[in-house]
Amino acid sequence: MAKVVAVTGNEAVAYALKQVNPDVSAAYPITPATDIMQRFTSYVSNGQVKTEMVLAESEHSAMSGCIGASAAGGRVMTATSSQGMALMWEELFIASGSRLPIVMALVNRALSAPLNIHGDHSDGMGARDCGWIQLWSENAQEAYDNTIQAFRIAEHMDIRLPAMVCLDGFIISHSIERMEYIDDDAVKNFVGEFKALNPLLDIEHPVSYGPLILTDYYMEYRKAHAEVMSKVSKVVLDAAKEFEKISGRKYGLFETYRLDDAEIGLVILNSAAGTSKDVIDSFREKGIKAGLLKPRLFRPFPYEEIGNALKNLKAVCVLDRADAFGGSYGPLFIDIAASLYPHKNGPVLMNKIYGLGGRDYLPGHAELVLNELVDIAKTGKVKMIKEYIGVRE
Amino acid sequence: MATPLTLKELSKKEVLLTSGHRMCSGCGAPIIVKMVLLASEYPIVAANATGCLEVSTCISDYTAWKIPWIHNAFENAAATLSGVETMYRSLKKQGKIDKDIKFIAFGGDGGTYDIGFQSLSGAMERGHDMLYICYDNGAYMNTGIQRSSATPYGADTTTCPAGSVIQGKPQPRKNLTKIMAAHDIPYVAQASPSNWSDLVKKVKKALEIKGPKFMNILSPCNRGWRSRTDDAIMLSRLGVETCYWPLYEIENGVTKVTFKPKEKKPLVDFLKPQGRFKHLFAPENENMLKNFQEMVDKEWGSLLKASGTE
Amino acid sequence: MKLKGWKDVNPGAVCTEAGSALKFKTGSWRAYRPKWVEENCIQCLFCWAYCPDMAVFVKDGKMTGFNYDYCKGCGICALECPGKKGNKAIVMEEEGK
Repeated sequence: MAKVVAVTGNEAVAYALKQVNPDVSAAYPITPATDIMQRFTSYVSNGQVKTEMVLAESEHSAMSGCIGASAAGGRVMTATSSQGMALMWEELFIASGSRLPIVMALVNRALSAPLNIHGDHSDGMGARDCGWIQLWSENAQEAYDNTIQAFRIAEHMDIRLPAMVCLDGFIISHSIERMEYIDDDAVKNFVGEFKALNPLLDIEHPVSYGPLILTDYYMEYRKAHAEVMSKVSKVVLDAAKEFEKISGRKYGLFETYRLDDAEIGLVILNSAAGTSKDVIDSFREKGIKAGLLKPRLFRPFPYEEIGNALKNLKAVCVLDRADAFGGSYGPLFIDIAASLYPHKNGPVLMNKIYGLGGRDYLPGHAELVLNELVDIAKTGKVKMIKEYIGVRE
Repeated sequence: MATPLTLKELSKKEVLLTSGHRMCSGCGAPIIVKMVLLASEYPIVAANATGCLEVSTCISDYTAWKIPWIHNAFENAAATLSGVETMYRSLKKQGKIDKDIKFIAFGGDGGTYDIGFQSLSGAMERGHDMLYICYDNGAYMNTGIQRSSATPYGADTTTCPAGSVIQGKPQPRKNLTKIMAAHDIPYVAQASPSNWSDLVKKVKKALEIKGPKFMNILSPCNRGWRSRTDDAIMLSRLGVETCYWPLYEIENGVTKVTFKPKEKKPLVDFLKPQGRFKHLFAPENENMLKNFQEMVDKEWGSLLKASGTE
Repeated sequence: MKLKGWKDVNPGAVCTEAGSALKFKTGSWRAYRPKWVEENCIQCLFCWAYCPDMAVFVKDGKMTGFNYDYCKGCGICALECPGKKGNKAIVMEEEGK
């Protein structure tokens, strides 16, 4: 029986981790992710999980410890944000290149400088090319559900890649929402027993992790990694199907909201999608065919599926909560544009940068953008392809 | 049953680092690793910081290790092994592993004194049951002999070259062994491959102690020291006999000098065969030699005092 | 040796064959070759202990020769060899002479 609760996003993720009950976690505190590990270590201190902690002296060491623990042959998780993720950067590539299925909650926060502890997507976007799977979450429920599914996806024998579950700092991590917890047993059965692959602790079969690979083989390993990435979508969908059976909640590679017959649409990640959906409802009431697409699996990016979902719209605005300096457009925009590249008569695109450093994204912003899209749909002309919104001149 | 400590008995054990590794001819590091692995009566799982030892012993499909081994990156052998050891404790507690396994990290001086110092300090403070071994060759040899905080005073390296204004490294070495002792961990020792029996005994002792242990082992590098390929053992012996590299241990806070040369040799005996100190023998650098000798005398004196063997 | 394609490499580049470096012979690096003079050998085994390349054969606690497949010719064994009555049991000879 599912249990209805009122909890914060961090609390929900910590509870999912408790139910998954990993063998080891190595972690380091950072706002706003700290709360996840605080809650989790209280489960450890009270004997509610079997997990052994490595309370590391930095995020770099936390991820290094996760890598050692995962290679040793057991289930491993951690959580971080922003600067912590930035300090882990080197290790993120080593975790994925070594094909270690570590699960990490990334409570999205802006990157310094200037120093800011609030939510934006600069951290997750900075790590988008590090070979991890990324699942993004709109609210506490999705963060909880994605955390549970992430273990199953990452540890799948066809995949064996690390996965991060993203949720917006403070907006989701620290806000209380109504949501449902699944039964402990159902979660336990869903993630299943951890299956080790080449465990270091199997002393009868000694293995060496982390060889030097020179010009003769490096590309073969990279190609093999790319190939595994191409299998992730299917495993994500299979896991979602199974997950629906225990939760009643449907997940895909992305969520569409009133998109089927839409002429104009927003593409937006995480918490701001909720606000946008409300505004889309009010536009629909006015007879305007507006819709929304919210990516869930951001890495690997489902180009084909997203391209097909958006190709028939007239105008689309991609809202980025991070900028890609010098890359002209926001990171999400770049991927959406690439997904529409094969469709010659696809929608006119524009890109808005919003909500950096926790700046509020308000219904008024969505209205502004949708009104602009209405004009673009009529004229086919965009005034400015990329623009910051909610910023003072 | 424990193997009696003779080379004859040790030689009957399988060496768990194989031939076919690509360390330079005459390198001290594989000699150290061999002795460390031979000392253990337990299965070992090792971690290795990026460095000469790591890049030369595991390349592509060729691994020289016959024990489970992990290389992660440069600065995190201790943190990586923390994770491995923690998983071991978790799985053992769950009844999924029953064997007694010991954990050893190997790092060069760059990966230990410098970039890996935080990770090492953290792992020691957390109390992981592991032995961290630094093979100290006194510079970043793998990247081409750059200065590290373990580089001796006056040594010529590629980033503190002896020139017309600066005569090699102006600063003395960081005394890492003492710093590790200041962590109040149960066992800290210094060893040299020349004194194989002392080295093996120290590793054996360390592996019997639960908790974090640290050993600093002098590792001659003929490329970086600008010496001959056959003198690794000779130089490490001179390091010990001149008291440049004193052999001692600190067990539960008690310092013990484990080898006291019958006659303490002058430091120049250790310096002279090494090209990295050549410039110190120029007449104008006489004071540097004097300073260096004084540094060595001071440390040796304080060690004797600490061990009550003055 | 035929190089493997990307479909055949191990996940995560993990080496699953312990000690496979034995397939890589380093003997060709050698410029000088150690020669064992058995009559001067006191079986101290210093050569075995100090060899960085594990290239000294030992059987039943006795040195029996060199493994020239791997010996890099550093000469540590010869330098450390105490020999008998001042006569070394290991001498270095130039390769190809």
